[in-house]
Amino acid sequence: MAYIKRNDGRKFDETRPIEARVGVIKNSDGSAYFKMGKTIAYAAVYGPRSIHPKFLQNPRNGKLRCFYNMMPFSSMGERVRPGANRRAKEIAMVTEKALLPVVDLTQFPNSVVDVFIELPQTDAGTRCAGICAASMALADAGIPMKDMVASVSVGRVDDALIVDLDYSEESYENGTVADIPTAIISRTGEISLLQMDGKLSREDLKKAIEMAKKACSKIDKIQRDALKKKYEVKNE
Amino acid sequence: MNREQKDHILNFLEQGIRFDGRKLDEYRPIKIETGFSENAEGSAKATIGDTVVLAGVKLSVGEPYPDTPDEGTMMINAELLPLSNPDFEPGPPGIQAIELARVVDRGIRESEAIDTKKLCIKKREKVWSITVDICPINDDGNLFDASMLAVAAALKNTKFPSYDGEVVDYKKKTKESLPLKKLPVSCTVIKIGDYFIVDPTPEEEEKIEARLTVEVEEDGTLCALQKGGDKPLTAEDIDKMVEIGIKKSKELRKLL
Repeated sequence: MAYIKRNDGRKFDETRPIEARVGVIKNSDGSAYFKMGKTIAYAAVYGPRSIHPKFLQNPRNGKLRCFYNMMPFSSMGERVRPGANRRAKEIAMVTEKALLPVVDLTQFPNSVVDVFIELPQTDAGTRCAGICAASMALADAGIPMKDMVASVSVGRVDDALIVDLDYSEESYENGTVADIPTAIISRTGEISLLQMDGKLSREDLKKAIEMAKKACSKIDKIQRDALKKKYEVKNE
Repeated sequence: MNREQKDHILNFLEQGIRFDGRKLDEYRPIKIETGFSENAEGSAKATIGDTVVLAGVKLSVGEPYPDTPDEGTMMINAELLPLSNPDFEPGPPGIQAIELARVVDRGIRESEAIDTKKLCIKKREKVWSITVDICPINDDGNLFDASMLAVAAALKNTKFPSYDGEVVDYKKKTKESLPLKKLPVSCTVIKIGDYFIVDPTPEEEEKIEARLTVEVEEDGTLCALQKGGDKPLTAEDIDKMVEIGIKKSKELRKLL
């Protein structure tokens, strides 16, 4: 049967419900909570701070360093073994690349800005939720940024092009699936994360990217609103 | 350690107060929320002041240990996430994380709070195995007591997934809870100078002479102890600290 109705009743271009907050981790210099459906990401920023070992120091520029970790109890099914596996390391790397174009660390030579992403609960789209949280946490930390980054996965399930795949869609078995995590720099519309697995035509990729841009502009607004909310003056 | 800062703390303690205005034997506000995760079989978040700890329970079916062929197994693990404290570094658990996990583990194990015999599915072949993971979100001191509260609440929150004798269907949670008896609570008492305090902040933790984690069952029986810190304790110190631990554990228990 063709995929004409989404498992959770969403429209094809509709993301799952989003909750976003900043300043959730007191110890950190900046932090955020980003929940998309059942996927939850925390991000904490520490820095700029000195970087060790010393050979990593760059006298011309500060370094952005990202870490991605799924908590051992976060996924449906078996416990995830703690520790950075190949997948976590790759996601950390692409997260770094997704955020790098917007952060300006030239003022912080020989330093590092660490971004730690933790997922207490996962239901697909974790790298995207992580990037959304990280972008907010960097802004919350007051790191100089040229722009914000929003991220969402788009894809094709059977013949339907859809936004923000959940796990049931990512693992759809009655047809082919293409999963495309993307990250969009909000004002320029440039794409700083693009991965894909599955089968997809060139035309569908073009359409999918357009859908990602639309969804990300909505996410961007939610991110900005959450940041503004922290500095809201409450009249009592 | 900064000498002046320590003297300052001691001056305050002499007057019976702490930097944040608390009494020596007073905890910060405590909050326990259960069920933040739908994917874990059980979960809880414990907050003490600004310290936030998550604990999640996963269940699976595995083989029993050869020396306890009719008992389920339990393991408690802790990861000191670098997200929660600027001093924590990424990588495999260091000695601090290992101690935390093992102290909580001992309390749960020795109190016999889990009836492991009831976790046996088929003697010598199949038993339920419980894994609890402790993940601090923000470390503002006293991870020991916060972790114990989070783990105890997560265990109480746990529901078995459905199991047909072959495979575990994690998507279907049953209404069946873990076979639990009364859980222990933990009260960590700190010695600074000649003073004993509970629920230390990181500032106080840095200046401890000795630490004693007292894990107590419902009737006041001790089920685990762990001394920490670089200085020794006298027998009188220990008696006093245990007394405080037992007294405070009654307050903490009410929150579970």
